[in-house]
Amino acid sequence: MREKIIVGLALFAGALLAWNMNTIFTALPDELNQGAIYRIIYFHVPANILGMLGFGLGMFLSIGYLVTKDLRYDALAASVTEVALVFASIGLATGSIWARIIWGVWWAWDVRLTSWLVCWLIFGGYLMLRRAVDEPNQRARFAAVVSVLGSVNAYISYKSIEWWNTQHPQPVLSIRNGGGMAQGMEAPIWWNLLALACFSTILVMVRMRQESFAREIDTLRRMAHAQ
Amino acid sequence: MFLRQVWTIAAKDLHSELRTKDAWNASIAFSVVILLLFSFSFDPSSEQVREFSGGLLWMTYAFAGALVLNRSFAREMQNDCLDALIASPVSSAALFVGKSLANFALLFAVELVSLPVFVLFYNLQWGAAQVGPMLLVLVMGTWALTIIGTLFSALTVNLRLRELMLPTLVYPMMIPALIAAITVTTNVLAGSPPGLGIRLLAAFDIIFTLLAVVFVDTVLVG
Repeated sequence: MREKIIVGLALFAGALLAWNMNTIFTALPDELNQGAIYRIIYFHVPANILGMLGFGLGMFLSIGYLVTKDLRYDALAASVTEVALVFASIGLATGSIWARIIWGVWWAWDVRLTSWLVCWLIFGGYLMLRRAVDEPNQRARFAAVVSVLGSVNAYISYKSIEWWNTQHPQPVLSIRNGGGMAQGMEAPIWWNLLALACFSTILVMVRMRQESFAREIDTLRRMAHAQ
Repeated sequence: MFLRQVWTIAAKDLHSELRTKDAWNASIAFSVVILLLFSFSFDPSSEQVREFSGGLLWMTYAFAGALVLNRSFAREMQNDCLDALIASPVSSAALFVGKSLANFALLFAVELVSLPVFVLFYNLQWGAAQVGPMLLVLVMGTWALTIIGTLFSALTVNLRLRELMLPTLVYPMMIPALIAAITVTTNVLAGSPPGLGIRLLAAFDIIFTLLAVVFVDTVLVG
């Protein structure tokens, strides 16, 4: 069943992404001020949205673990955070490429970029911490605490483009009262978000299976030691 | 009751630190070394130093403070003192707040000693009007460093990679508070109003103190 869902999602996401690429690269014109490079927004924004949603979801799953002490919540939180970190990396990299063309520098130290890099470092630390603790319940507890504390920074990063006058563009999407994109230019962002969300769901499912295997191996090893 | 327990823990930590003065001596010596090292990375007599003096000062405090904070829970490992503390009728929150207060006092004392050295080395001019705001930002910034540092000291105390994990986790967490403290300090030293950073620092202090007190039981006991 799991395989069928993964294959189905992959086919759907692949087809959607191909159709989207066609729209982005052939149907849409260049942007008036930025030229061709603006198209990076179709990957930069969805990747960062998924990164942020993943960190947030990881926080709720971590709280779920702390409340129920069910290790499945912890496994899911770890999987979601790990995938979110990959998308945050894509977001940082694509943003950096865009900045090189538009601003002339790879990096600018404004609040949005800095706070998002801080998030990236914190959740990288989260994954390193998970590797440093051997006992599963202790690992889950410590990771959950770091996840909740780190999410405060993720929220600051999310709000930073409204709270501060950043060099990073202010909100452009219509759901954040931006409305700064021309007719037909915003829709591909949402279609790409859907496609990438399907891919991240696949990654989380694969990662979850690894987690359950790891738990099984751990249990067998403990049983072997106990005898 | 809670306050008395907090006070007992804080007094115990300060007593044992004052007997050996290990962390105190090390972190003062370390902060002077850092101040010395900074002087090689730029021209220390230039006028520009004033513009980034806040950053230098807080970098020094963050690194020197780590020496104090790292030892906070690690010193309880000898003779299983930590297990005894957890088993004692003191709540985890009281244990944490007591240790934080002791760390705060120590770190603040280290800062007060290294601040004149800093002013001397980098030829900063001070007026009487700057003392009040400067003390305020020192207290708020130090509390932010202390609360994060003490919580992660408790979290990493049992890890086999403690020395590696602590800095990788603590410094990114401290960054928002450090940024706020740095901008406020630079403003105060330049003689201008503290600006928005003071509110950010206050928010950080409140949010992370609450989160730390809520989570410390999870970290120490489970």
